[in-house]
Amino acid sequence: MQWLVHHLITIVAILAVFGLFFAFLTIIERKFLARIQNRRGPNRAGLPWAPKFRLWGLTQPFADAVKSLTKEDIVPDAADRILHFLAPVVVCTFALMTFAVIPFGQNLIAVELDAGVLYFFAAGATTELTIFMAGWASHNKYSLLSAMRALAQLISYELPLLLAVVPVVLLTGTLSTMGIVEAQAGYTLGFIPHWHIFTPWGVAAFLVFFIATLAETNRSPFDLPEAESEIIAGHLTEYSGFKYALFFMAEYFGMTALCGLGVTLFLGGWQAPSPFLTFVPSYLWFGLKLFLMMLLLIWIRGTLLRLRIDQLTRLSWKLLVPLALVNLVNAAVWSLTADIGGIAQLARWGLSLAVIVTTFVLLGRRLGRGLAPRTYRYAP
Amino acid sequence: MIALAIIAGLIVASAALALTRRNLVHTSLLLVLTWAGIGAFYLWAGAEFIGFAQLLVYAGAISMVVLFAVLLTQPQPDLAPINPESHKRSGLALIAAAGVGAVLVKAVLATEFIAPATSAPSLTVLELGQELMGTHAAALLIIGLILTIALIGATTIAAARRGKDDT
Repeated sequence: MQWLVHHLITIVAILAVFGLFFAFLTIIERKFLARIQNRRGPNRAGLPWAPKFRLWGLTQPFADAVKSLTKEDIVPDAADRILHFLAPVVVCTFALMTFAVIPFGQNLIAVELDAGVLYFFAAGATTELTIFMAGWASHNKYSLLSAMRALAQLISYELPLLLAVVPVVLLTGTLSTMGIVEAQAGYTLGFIPHWHIFTPWGVAAFLVFFIATLAETNRSPFDLPEAESEIIAGHLTEYSGFKYALFFMAEYFGMTALCGLGVTLFLGGWQAPSPFLTFVPSYLWFGLKLFLMMLLLIWIRGTLLRLRIDQLTRLSWKLLVPLALVNLVNAAVWSLTADIGGIAQLARWGLSLAVIVTTFVLLGRRLGRGLAPRTYRYAP
Repeated sequence: MIALAIIAGLIVASAALALTRRNLVHTSLLLVLTWAGIGAFYLWAGAEFIGFAQLLVYAGAISMVVLFAVLLTQPQPDLAPINPESHKRSGLALIAAAGVGAVLVKAVLATEFIAPATSAPSLTVLELGQELMGTHAAALLIIGLILTIALIGATTIAAARRGKDDT
């Protein structure tokens, strides 16, 4: 009984907190993108009982929710009804399940698993499968194109994502997310936190992880499966109303969860950045880091252009995968030379950094070889 | 016990449905459900690590490859060597199934089942990893090598065919 109540409370808490986080994330994204594009963004929605107060449009997500809930649910005649219905349900379920192993604060974790990182990826692995289900079941050629793109994207980017996580597991010697955060406790010289991003292999792994995260969650510049201007929102073309909202929700849940994992693995989880800042509750630190990661994602969406499918796969196979493999060896050497002291530590640092930078520069040059800046010809 | 019955029912039902569907995509998705069911069975048995690995590898990766293959190969009924409805086809299928079944039955019968331990052994992921990388390191390396060779072979075949098409 106690077991049941405990888990119910956890589930309700996660649903409430991340439901609200999702709601406000949408308005923040719209406002932030508007700021980048020199617009004002949504600012009309106010309080229904006090139309005078507009609150900068902050109640917009609730209006959106009511709108999508009351919209008509249209299923195309030719669609595979069962799969068409199942896809949004499954995608949302599994996106929520990934939250279970993320430590939101000290002792604040839904399920403490020995193989937490593995669980996260096992639960997250179904996302692209559901995109395929949605695209195929819609019986629409744009949707099917989107399904194919989603598959190609997953096959290319699952590998660097996992390879970027392996060095962390190697160095901390544990698959438990709680253990990984605890391994990043402490400060060098009293002020530099022991986060993984402050090591040469950590920077490289974080960059690969972050780029792969963008691709895994179908965010710009890797939003090929939904590319509005090419295949009219792809797998979402034939969805309307609440099912569309579920897809939207799952995308944001997936983004939040992957960013949460990134914070856990590389940015010290709930640890404070400075020893004298530890009085601030740990969950606030986690929330702040997560929020900054999300802002970075939105910023990238507002800045970069969408890639072509061949550029997308080339980036993964020719840059990210080799870089992650070299980084794996780098991390192994780092772990073996952990005990050397004094001036040798500096040499270890320099060597590790040199390996990563050299690899990156060489791979980047090879990737860009033969590609000159594009020239444009305008009509006279 | 009820949980086991549900999981077993799911596995058998989805596998049986997968066999009867004519639509290849439905079949592959049902197969993914079967694999997920096997993962659930591992979880039920308390083997957390292998359960998650099963889900990650089968439901996550292999399903993608299967679906990719299904979508990229066009169904060409005229090119099929044997008519799908023919007796020859069902006969061959029966023979193949009987062969696989015989091997499996023989293997099951030949295995000496050790009496189950009174208490479930509790292995942490760390111990599991050390076991894999220590005692069974050779087996692991050989499997990895075979898979790598298979991958390189597949790439070579695909690349060779590409060259032929271009000329």
